Amino acid sequence: MLVSTIALNRFGLGARPADPPISDAKRWLLGQFDRFESRPQALAQVPSRTAVATELAEYIEEQRMFGQAGKRRLQQQPASMPTGAMPQQADEKQVDPVKRYLRQNIRQNYLVMSSARLEAALASDSPFVERLVHFWANHFAVSVDKLPVIGLAGLMEFEAIRPHVLGRFSDMLLAVEQHPAILVYLDQAQSIGPNSRAGQFAAMRGGKARGLNENLAREIMELHTLGVRTGYSQADVTEFARALTGWTVGGIGRGPAARLLGNAPAGSFQFADFLHEPGDRTIMGKRYRDAGENQARAVLMDLAASPATARHLATKLARHFAGDEPPSALVDRLSKAYLASNGDLTTVYRALIDAPEPWATQPLKFKTPWEWSVSALRAVGSRDVPAQAAAGLMKQLGQPTWQPGSPAGWDDISASWAAPEALVLRVEAAQRIADRAGSGVDARALAEKLYPGSLSEATRTAIARAESPAEGLALLLVSPEFVRR
Amino acid sequence: MLTRRSFIGATGAAAGVATLGLPGIAFARANTDRRFVFIIQRGAADGLHIVAPTGDPAYAGLRGDFAEDLAQGAKLGSFFTLHPALAETAKLYAGKQALFVHAVASPYRDRSHFDGQNVLETGGSAAYRLRDGWMNRLLGLLPADEAKALALSTTVPMALRGSHEVTSYAQSQLPSATEDLMARVSALYASDQQLHGLWSAAMDTRMKAGDPMQAGGGQNGAAIGALAAKMLSDDGARIAMIETNGWDTHSGQRGRLNVQLRNLDQLLAALKSGLGADWGNTLVAVATEFGRTARPNGTGGTDHGQASAAMLLGGGVRGGAVIADWPGLSSGALYEGRDLKPTTDLDALIAGALAQHYSLEPRRVMATLFPESRGNAIGHPLIVS
Repeated sequence: MLVSTIALNRFGLGARPADPPISDAKRWLLGQFDRFESRPQALAQVPSRTAVATELAEYIEEQRMFGQAGKRRLQQQPASMPTGAMPQQADEKQVDPVKRYLRQNIRQNYLVMSSARLEAALASDSPFVERLVHFWANHFAVSVDKLPVIGLAGLMEFEAIRPHVLGRFSDMLLAVEQHPAILVYLDQAQSIGPNSRAGQFAAMRGGKARGLNENLAREIMELHTLGVRTGYSQADVTEFARALTGWTVGGIGRGPAARLLGNAPAGSFQFADFLHEPGDRTIMGKRYRDAGENQARAVLMDLAASPATARHLATKLARHFAGDEPPSALVDRLSKAYLASNGDLTTVYRALIDAPEPWATQPLKFKTPWEWSVSALRAVGSRDVPAQAAAGLMKQLGQPTWQPGSPAGWDDISASWAAPEALVLRVEAAQRIADRAGSGVDARALAEKLYPGSLSEATRTAIARAESPAEGLALLLVSPEFVRR
Repeated sequence: MLTRRSFIGATGAAAGVATLGLPGIAFARANTDRRFVFIIQRGAADGLHIVAPTGDPAYAGLRGDFAEDLAQGAKLGSFFTLHPALAETAKLYAGKQALFVHAVASPYRDRSHFDGQNVLETGGSAAYRLRDGWMNRLLGLLPADEAKALALSTTVPMALRGSHEVTSYAQSQLPSATEDLMARVSALYASDQQLHGLWSAAMDTRMKAGDPMQAGGGQNGAAIGALAAKMLSDDGARIAMIETNGWDTHSGQRGRLNVQLRNLDQLLAALKSGLGADWGNTLVAVATEFGRTARPNGTGGTDHGQASAAMLLGGGVRGGAVIADWPGLSSGALYEGRDLKPTTDLDALIAGALAQHYSLEPRRVMATLFPESRGNAIGHPLIVS
């Protein structure tokens, strides 16, 4: 592969037929730091956080009211509905119409946002930075199989990831951990300090035991910053969880907390002092004074600055750009750049571009379904895809947008994606994309343009012998060159 | 004995009337129920295996074991035999509703599918010279009631593209990838260790699950034919294009064409039965971008060639005949020593059939649909007036 081909496909999201040729690959990549738009046109139609959260709040309220109206149903429904799975299909007929309507709205928000994400990827002139947005969104994964997350997942990417993708990791970290999507997804919104005013009140009433939830604290340490088994203990997690108490969301919480928050705007980050566990905390040997909201914030800043975090992030970046087995020299290089710049991400990306490992001429990665779909649609010059069709495509290929099913996000190794049936599904999808593109695309010319000087003879021959333009295009899209980067 | 440069009419009648003028062209019929369906065979269908010239002295020697398939086929007069998978089509022929035209070709004389299909669909004299398709230009010649066209595919194929409005329709649940594409992917992955392993495993699983890519019994064709008939009935479209794939039989031609033709046969049968009485006003044309080599290759298939066979079907078709200015299969008669030589102009055939079907002036049809052609529309009666 030419360096320009590597820049377009491994660093970027795949070449588009109308793009001008790249003369200086590194400069093209660096130039994207200036070109990148945090809020591109494609995201203009995305509903606001207030609108999404208000609908969600109405849904939850409707859920509560409906639950009270029918005791039998209340007993059947798990009390933890807001953080549970979608209601069962079998209940569909019994579900109250208001609730069904609201759920459709929530689902619609998801479709609008996932389609905007794809559109931004197809339209982007800074595809390297766009890829990094997807990388970080997966690093801070939330999953829409929890109902309240359905409408919020996209917002988190647009509001917390995009504005900081070229900034400091610590800023992105803070924006994410204070976003309603993650606060709800990782159960932080309901975490109550046992000795907080709310905790004491609940204990006095002898009601349902509500208290500390460690989920967010653990995932921040394990997944977002330090990395698993890097020296923190269970005691550190618990202490961090205590420090985090009080971090919650306005408008969509439940129980006494929600009522005490009063008129906080729906979906806004709130620090609720009455939930916060009072006292200093000791985490990984360091003492954090009780400073309310800022206690957990100080922990986050220290976590962001940790060498373990630098290594964790460097490893993931190296795996993404230089192969499933990240070269240790590259990990060292990126890790050093991170620490030397106090976690300035652009400095890390520069180190990546300057390193030799990501420029290996042989393909280093098997594309994930998302990467493959975006590159295929870019290759055929597609600018927009009907939202339902796009969602269907990602689901069929096994990577529904913002639904990795776990806070660990999607795997970034070939073994997770290069499977027999997955390949067949990709061929079927390629045929649909090619059929949709129509005979206006000449796959023979496109192939030479996408892989100048490196198109294999097998692929060239297969395309040339295809029995129709659409079949030729489908073959290009599933060729060994195209399924890898 | 058949001679070159003579029309062969299996019924014996066609040859004599080849030069007769076209009746009834002056008055456009008030009838607005006429329908036209164009079925494209993408991939270059082997006309010699579909309407086989079993009476040609060179046929048996040239075609080898391919000839065995035709032993059970319906006789189309003394010279041609229809492939036995086209059983329903043979009934149409017997009922004088199917007409075959042989040694026919578009003006394209090279061997690229892409370019050949572009010529076939645009109606130009060479690839990429025209930007719209002949079916779209046809719409401009028809009254508004009849100029309603539909493509049975996700996108509008080249033949239907142009300034006149055309709709397209495809069932949301698209069929799985065609067997042909699957086979080509197998070949493409052959030298890639990882992909070859994965792909072979997937194909093995599918085989075991008894889930063949394409139904061998013609179910796909029947479904498409029924769908097309539905879309063409009542207030629906009056003109439709149906795309069929899988005709590029470089290997395993006998088995593959058997499946292909059964699907085509079922498609035509379902179209006829679905249209009911409207079949009487329907013209169906079946054509491919070019034919295949006269001699089988070393892998049980045939390679890209020149002339092939086309079909006209419908209640109004003057069927029961094979029209051909037969060039012969002797080695000296073959185009470049390998392909059936084109002797009938596909453009002229299409223009002639449509002029007669719609009672339009042939010259105007030819000039509109095939503006770069210097030939005339076929005047031989193709449609019952």
